[in-house]
Amino acid sequence: MTTPTIEEPHTAEAPKPTKRARRATRIAEAASGGWKVLLFKVIALGIIDAMALYAILVLVQSEQWLIAGIVLAVTAFANWIYFSRGHLPAKYLIPGLIFLFVFQIFAAGYTGYVAFTNYGTGHNSTKDSAINALMLSAQERVPDSPAYQLTIVEQLGELSFLVTDPDGDVRLGGEERPLEPVDNAEMDGGKAVGVPGYNTLSFAQIVADQQRIADMAVPISDDPNDGALRTPDGSVAYAYVSKLVYDEAADTMTDTRTGVVYSDIGTGAFTAPDGTELLPGWQIFVGFDNFVRAFGEESIRGPFFSVLTWTFVFAFLSVFLCFAAGLFLAIVFNDPRMKSKRYYRVIMILPYAFPGFLSALVWAGMMNQEFGFINVVLFGGADIPWLTNEWLAKFSILLVNLWLGFPYMFLICTGALQAIPDELQEAARVDGASAWQVFRNIKLPLLFVAVAPLLIASFAYNFNNFVLIYMLTGGGPRDVSAGVNVGATDILISMVYKVAFVGSTSDYGLASAFSIIIFLLVGTISVIAFRRTKALEELV
Amino acid sequence: MSDLKPGAPAARGLLDRVAASDDELTTTTTLTTGGGGVRGQGKQPRRPFKRYFRETGWRHLVGIGVAIFAIFPLLYVFSASLNPGGTLLTANGLFSNFNFESYVDLFNSPRHPYGAWYVNTLVIGLVTAAGTVLMGALAAYSFSRMRFTGRRFGLTTLLVVQMFPQMLAAVAIFLLMVAIGDIFPALGLNTQIGLIMVYLGGALGVNTYLMYGFFNTVPSSIDEAAKIDGAGHARIFFTIILRLVAPILAVVGLLSFIGTASEFMLASVILIDPDKQTLAVGLYKFVSDEFSKNWSIFAAGAVLAAILPVALFLALQRYIVGGLTAGSVK
Repeated sequence: MTTPTIEEPHTAEAPKPTKRARRATRIAEAASGGWKVLLFKVIALGIIDAMALYAILVLVQSEQWLIAGIVLAVTAFANWIYFSRGHLPAKYLIPGLIFLFVFQIFAAGYTGYVAFTNYGTGHNSTKDSAINALMLSAQERVPDSPAYQLTIVEQLGELSFLVTDPDGDVRLGGEERPLEPVDNAEMDGGKAVGVPGYNTLSFAQIVADQQRIADMAVPISDDPNDGALRTPDGSVAYAYVSKLVYDEAADTMTDTRTGVVYSDIGTGAFTAPDGTELLPGWQIFVGFDNFVRAFGEESIRGPFFSVLTWTFVFAFLSVFLCFAAGLFLAIVFNDPRMKSKRYYRVIMILPYAFPGFLSALVWAGMMNQEFGFINVVLFGGADIPWLTNEWLAKFSILLVNLWLGFPYMFLICTGALQAIPDELQEAARVDGASAWQVFRNIKLPLLFVAVAPLLIASFAYNFNNFVLIYMLTGGGPRDVSAGVNVGATDILISMVYKVAFVGSTSDYGLASAFSIIIFLLVGTISVIAFRRTKALEELV
Repeated sequence: MSDLKPGAPAARGLLDRVAASDDELTTTTTLTTGGGGVRGQGKQPRRPFKRYFRETGWRHLVGIGVAIFAIFPLLYVFSASLNPGGTLLTANGLFSNFNFESYVDLFNSPRHPYGAWYVNTLVIGLVTAAGTVLMGALAAYSFSRMRFTGRRFGLTTLLVVQMFPQMLAAVAIFLLMVAIGDIFPALGLNTQIGLIMVYLGGALGVNTYLMYGFFNTVPSSIDEAAKIDGAGHARIFFTIILRLVAPILAVVGLLSFIGTASEFMLASVILIDPDKQTLAVGLYKFVSDEFSKNWSIFAAGAVLAAILPVALFLALQRYIVGGLTAGSVK
């Protein structure tokens, strides 16, 4: 009876033409996907394509051929994937992968690149723009420069100076457009106030565009030695002359006033024979210099090593203290006879739920030396430097991190304890083990297997616990003898942030080198730790 | 699993059963766990105080101590927020005043646009969370349900990428955003879209593994049944799978929202104008500008900023904790 029923579909399927089968699948696919999905696909891809097209146009205009090519290739690839049949995994992976590649993998690689350059304040552009910037910045107001009456005019978004010199001659010019005489200017009391074809800027517009106007330098004539006109306020202009002269053939900058010759000696800046550098310089490839500086230069090595040590101590102690407190509490509250555990639990979870950056700021207020609650109320007006003494600050950070972290450890330890089957303990008790032995030899090892990966993750997290350090002490108290801006409680990541973004000078190269070092450290530790926990897991 | 309706007699029976099993559980564990070296002797209606203290009383003492430690800073900041015009010093008189004026002042400072920060944080957090959930779910679905070359490699890569937090690349991200800003001012430095894109870059690494584990627990016979009924992959994913994995979507979305809302490092590097900043960056600047002077206004801002994450967390804590442990222990 059963054989024919099974065979029937087989025989029915085999002779059917594949064309029809294919059509059936296509219909099924179309019916299942529905026009809504298709519409969504077309609209979403349309928007992305439009943006990509715009990007490519802009990139081509600014002659960024390589990036334009990459954008084109990626967009074409995405379109091909989504409009072709099959390639299912790619269809599901592309959206996430694009962001992952640009902002994580590329960013990581770019960090590696920057670590080998001298990128930073004074070294953030190409040599050509450095030369231009030098010439501009070395412009000095000619001491006896006459005051030129000035009106700012605009044409198609480009600003121009309409100047009336003391002799009454009217001339017009803009950036890289030397002044040219104008005959048909509108005059008002001996001052030109407008030119046909140009809009005169009102006072409000000048204020709104202040910075751009202040940065303008309009060449007085074709000869750069004549200098340029600049204006401090938008109504009067003065003549400025650059004291630097660039000699293209010799690749040197000469200071016309002192006669010092600055030459390019391969350090990314024009340097005088006595070692003085003209800044801005430009970005160059410096090889392992940043790493050599981190490990070699006395004023950086000292602070770097103390920061490194403190980072390890901080991360380890944070995990250890939080885990110890969490485990203790989990054991205390894991007693079935105890009532109203739920209320304690809710209260104890609050520090974990409260946003971390706010906690750190609130604690910083409470630990304030003069006015903080802890000193004024708890210690009756004592003057304890919780956050400004090197060792107390470290202690405070650990205390606050304990407050932040114990609820999490409490939760996971409770979960892990409850997951241990009762039979194991029962068996041990029957065999005559004491409560302590049960805990030490049965519960603890099993607990460790369950929470070890979480402890490693917690270590890695605390290794880079930037928010806590930066919000609570700002890394301070500052180490004044250090060659970089670091303090006693800085960890590596906050040092990276401060070297790169805080203060008047930024050293992106050095900061990136530190980032790479952190990555190598965390990566190595994680790999070793995960290996060992895997071994632990296999043992049990 | 009989079909229960609220108020049905069956429900009462079930409740009784739950209560009974609870009781059973309690007694067995009393006998077996016996933590603290107590020899269980069955239940007694009333224990003498000394014994009560030795068995559970001290636990309550520990609990009260820890609860005070845990909640004190939160009470302190709440009390400080109710003390209008208060400085750091006057905030020390706990609950000496009860006035919500600081909450109003908070929104009237042109130099510190708190309202804008709040909206920015919500928008950035929500968009990032939605994007993270969507992209993570798509990736997890393909890793869980499809077999393709590079699948193993992809999973391993995601694990490795997790170890390189985006913070470490802050310098590179900053320079990248400057470069993007030169070409597309709307996406580059000092834009919220730019910041969201940066956050989305970190979305896959952290969450795909968590979701992948959960997707694997949904039996693939469900997809196959749907496929036989003629559903295509898109329909299976959007109308069947996504509903079945809703708990993990909620957890990932919530974690992503909370994480984004309190992220400081990247937000402080990318967002420059005060109007565009998030709460984390804004409140930090606020505190460092006028630390002890306007403490009550800061406290009010902190309370308002914390309400949403704390409420979400408490409401969903069961899932979050479950998700945290499940995801990390694989």
